[in-house]
Amino acid sequence: MIEWALWLEWARYGLAGAMMLSGAGFMLIGSIGVMRLPDFYSRIHAAGITDTLATILLLGGMIVTSGFTQTSAKLALVGVLLFLTSPTATHAIANAAQKAGLKPRLGTIASPHPRDREDA
Amino acid sequence: MEMTFPVDMNLPINLFTIFDMVLLSMLVIVAIAIVRLNSLFSIVMLFGVYSLLSATWFVSLDAVDVAFTEAAVGAGISTVLMLGAMLLTSREALPTPPLRRWTSLLIVTATGIALIYATFDMPSFGDANSPANSYVGMEYMARTITDISVPNVVTAILASYRGFDTFGEVVVVLTAGLGVMLILGIGGSKRAAGTAQLKATSTPEPKLPVTVAGAKGPASNHHVVLRVVAKMLVPMIVLYALYVQFHGDYGPGGGFQAGVIFASAVILYSLIFGMEETRRAFPPGLVRFCSVLGVFIYGGTGLVTIILGGKFLDYNMLDKHDPIHAQHFGILLIELGVLVTVAGVMLSIYYGFAGRYRELEDRNW
Repeated sequence: MIEWALWLEWARYGLAGAMMLSGAGFMLIGSIGVMRLPDFYSRIHAAGITDTLATILLLGGMIVTSGFTQTSAKLALVGVLLFLTSPTATHAIANAAQKAGLKPRLGTIASPHPRDREDA
Repeated sequence: MEMTFPVDMNLPINLFTIFDMVLLSMLVIVAIAIVRLNSLFSIVMLFGVYSLLSATWFVSLDAVDVAFTEAAVGAGISTVLMLGAMLLTSREALPTPPLRRWTSLLIVTATGIALIYATFDMPSFGDANSPANSYVGMEYMARTITDISVPNVVTAILASYRGFDTFGEVVVVLTAGLGVMLILGIGGSKRAAGTAQLKATSTPEPKLPVTVAGAKGPASNHHVVLRVVAKMLVPMIVLYALYVQFHGDYGPGGGFQAGVIFASAVILYSLIFGMEETRRAFPPGLVRFCSVLGVFIYGGTGLVTIILGGKFLDYNMLDKHDPIHAQHFGILLIELGVLVTVAGVMLSIYYGFAGRYRELEDRNW
């Protein structure tokens, strides 16, 4: 029986670690996206990844780490709040940009680096 | 089973110190960015970032009450008020003339050197002999359990031992609100409409949806996402404000934070559903009355204790048989006064700003 409890503990921390690491990974991807993507709408898409998916994964990892405690319940409440507000904020920003007349960049986009240009 | 945080106290430098250093460096970077930028909109946003970073730093210093205030006031409501102020001026700062730039640099450098020189006399962090950790502060820590019996010593000091100082703070909040109302006007509907007409002829239409008109009631399906989420969030925010208010004896928080959180719920409502609806739910007259009523409740508590035979704000007079119960009762009353004044003043200032510009039409945002 003690063996099983130990294995369960290991599995729990493994799951928590995997969730937090993937959350951190998505956050990195989102940050690179905000820096590198060509126009406003694609950047806001990258920012949306950090806002929702990465944060939810990080919070989930923390919940699994702390087990069935009051801390977990509070973290879950924070998660619900973020799950409601972050996509709404992204939606509001994109909508405001569209109403203000910002057009998305469509079609192929020339790389700013001379190496990638065909005529160079 | 219990996971402990991996901090080895024998290390020459512990993880929390590194964390503090990273946060402080980010504060410096944000401050430099604020100085270098010209776009007022970005500057206002960076002010919010600055406040959130300082709040995080306060948490790492174990000053949760201060962190809470910073997050609610600095990052929350002042960002909204600064955006409102920005809409009344322009989106870009004027370039500074070179002479003024050099003078400012000189003054800032001199002040910085003076401040760094002054830090040599400061006690080091956590020094047991520093003024904060000896004398009266320690006495409050030791006596709170027997005198007042609330777990959060910050609330005990703020509301009971230093109740007179807090009364001063509440009056300062009211005075600041009165000052803003004198400059901006009180944001009443009739006068504001006249001002808005004036503004509309002289300035281009504001691009930001800071205030929104024309909520056509439940039949309108305009911005259904924002409406649904706001309807879910507003009650939650108000409930949280009440929790912060009444749980202030046990956890971080109290009247100041709760008042600001309550005001931000109303501001969220007005951003989505329009000023007209908000004025109907919270009439400006009621809001102005509340900002005075809070000071009246606070000062009235003090007067009642005098009438009952004690000194000003001597809560023990409220229940002569059980001093601890009397203290709890007094703290509850004055925190209620703080809540009412802070919420009222914040909303009055917001109404003052919102009364100055024309609301956007529904189709324009």
